[in-house]
Amino acid sequence: MTTPATDHQAAADTTGSGGLRLDGVTLTFGDGDAAVTALDHVGLAVAPGEFVAVVGPSGSGKSSLLAVAGGLQRPTSGTVHIAGTELTALSDKERTAARRRHIGFVFQQSNLLASLTVREQLLLPLHIDGRLDAAARARADELIEAVGLTHRAGSRPHQLSGGERQRAGLARALMTAPAVLLVDEPTSALDRVRSAEAVKLLAEQTHERGTATVMVTHDTAIMDAADRVHEMVDGRLS
Amino acid sequence: MFLALRDLRFARGRFALMGAVVALIAVLGVLLSGLAAGLADAGISGLRALPVTHMAFDEKATSEQFSRSTVDREDWQAWSEAPGVERAEPFGNTLANAQVTQGAKKGEQVNLAVFGMAPDSPLAPSPSKGAGLDEGSAGIVITREIADLGVEVGDVLTADRSEVQLKVVGLVDETVSYGHIGVAYADLDTWRHLHYGLPGDLPEAAGRQATAVALTLEPGADVADVEKATATRADTKEATFGASPGYTAESSTMALIKGFLYAISALVVGAFFTVWTVQRKAEIAPLKALGAPTGYILRDALAQVVAVLVGATVVGTAVGLALGSAMIGKAPFSLSASSIATSSGLLIVLGTVGAVVAVRRITAVDPLTALGATR
Repeated sequence: MTTPATDHQAAADTTGSGGLRLDGVTLTFGDGDAAVTALDHVGLAVAPGEFVAVVGPSGSGKSSLLAVAGGLQRPTSGTVHIAGTELTALSDKERTAARRRHIGFVFQQSNLLASLTVREQLLLPLHIDGRLDAAARARADELIEAVGLTHRAGSRPHQLSGGERQRAGLARALMTAPAVLLVDEPTSALDRVRSAEAVKLLAEQTHERGTATVMVTHDTAIMDAADRVHEMVDGRLS
Repeated sequence: MFLALRDLRFARGRFALMGAVVALIAVLGVLLSGLAAGLADAGISGLRALPVTHMAFDEKATSEQFSRSTVDREDWQAWSEAPGVERAEPFGNTLANAQVTQGAKKGEQVNLAVFGMAPDSPLAPSPSKGAGLDEGSAGIVITREIADLGVEVGDVLTADRSEVQLKVVGLVDETVSYGHIGVAYADLDTWRHLHYGLPGDLPEAAGRQATAVALTLEPGADVADVEKATATRADTKEATFGASPGYTAESSTMALIKGFLYAISALVVGAFFTVWTVQRKAEIAPLKALGAPTGYILRDALAQVVAVLVGATVVGTAVGLALGSAMIGKAPFSLSASSIATSSGLLIVLGTVGAVVAVRRITAVDPLTALGATR
């Protein structure tokens, strides 16, 4: 089930507007003898509704892949397209806006805000974007139900279990109906049963909502839920 | 304010402690302002009330002019004829002790800050009760501080040393003080008896003297020539306040305490929000990763700062006003809306400055740190 992807394949895979596409992305830190290559000519294409897992040991460049794909970091060379827009050509301000509107992040520790209820966590991204209206509230309730947290909508993070926090983090990432969903080690704080549930939910939501989802993990047990699995070693994607 | 309000509610214990500190500083600010104003009133309200712009002193008297300076008739005549001088007249100032010898409080010792002037001069008081000054009658007009001791219009006071009988002819029912002593207005002859401690007829020389020349100058008048001719020096009315006993020391002490208070409040607020912002770093990185512009987070944080400062300052000022009102009459204390507004306003402004320095750290938080293990 592992499908190798090369630069050429990536470029050929996606046409048109949807999804995520990385072409020849290289990311190096420092220069000369001290230069470290985090990403080495990485090509990756993820279509809308497709769930791709990237596995690899720590230090292999998985987090760098998410940082570049999510517009948190500019690659040294290569291009990133999100929903047809070349992310790498945008200014810092435009990239921030692109993150806000087109990219959803699910973080390792869920990274919910301590003072907000689950419902408020979901409303925050739209408040930031100045779009907090009745439709947003309805969408928040719909997403809370979709991840099975309706009974927890008024709870704050310290009242939730690890699995519940992760589900709330997923719902928050989906609030803006992003084209691309980037998921960083979603199961690192969860036991085996909860991990399987979390990834199943992620796959369901990806297919249902048509997001181009990339999940990085070192947990090989959860790879089965993905449509495609790539392995990352020393900054190279296979 | 989406986050700021929820953080305030969620961490209300911490913010309440911080707010309590700011509120206590605001209480202290109000009390210090009131005390400073009260001390100023007790020190120089008598001088402030005089309808003059300048006072000319003997040029040799460079400090404590009111007890060191003596001017002659020739001096105030020269001043009144000089260009740019609207009015010039003799003014006498002395501190005297007296005893009530006729009246309800017979035997009571009274301190008087005696201001001597011609009864027909604009410097003379307009009593709210009784009559004004009258030349050669040894009548005095007292002010509230002396009346508070039980001295009434119609009483007779006998001065120490000169044994001059002072009949209280009028009362100005206001706090008019000089050097923390209530002012008593007298005609110039009476003032001279008290000043020199002489009973009976005054020597010819004494009859021509006063402490200073009270002046009303036209704006921008150049008086260098008349100063030179009379060997006097004209100080502005405000500059003469420093000649009142203790005034400079009191006001500089108050200013020093207030200055420290504001500096401390800015540092305390800055320190609190520094710790708070550092604690929030783990939340700010994912917020930025989710696409929150730095400006959005900064605005939110500053709104929180201002909300805390304004809330705490309003509470503290209200408590300070309540405490201060209870102190009026028991201590030199006077509340003025402008000094309280300045004190509270400065607290908010300087607190905000301290907090701005702290929350600027938000700018430096890298959204990249939201990825990977919590760092």
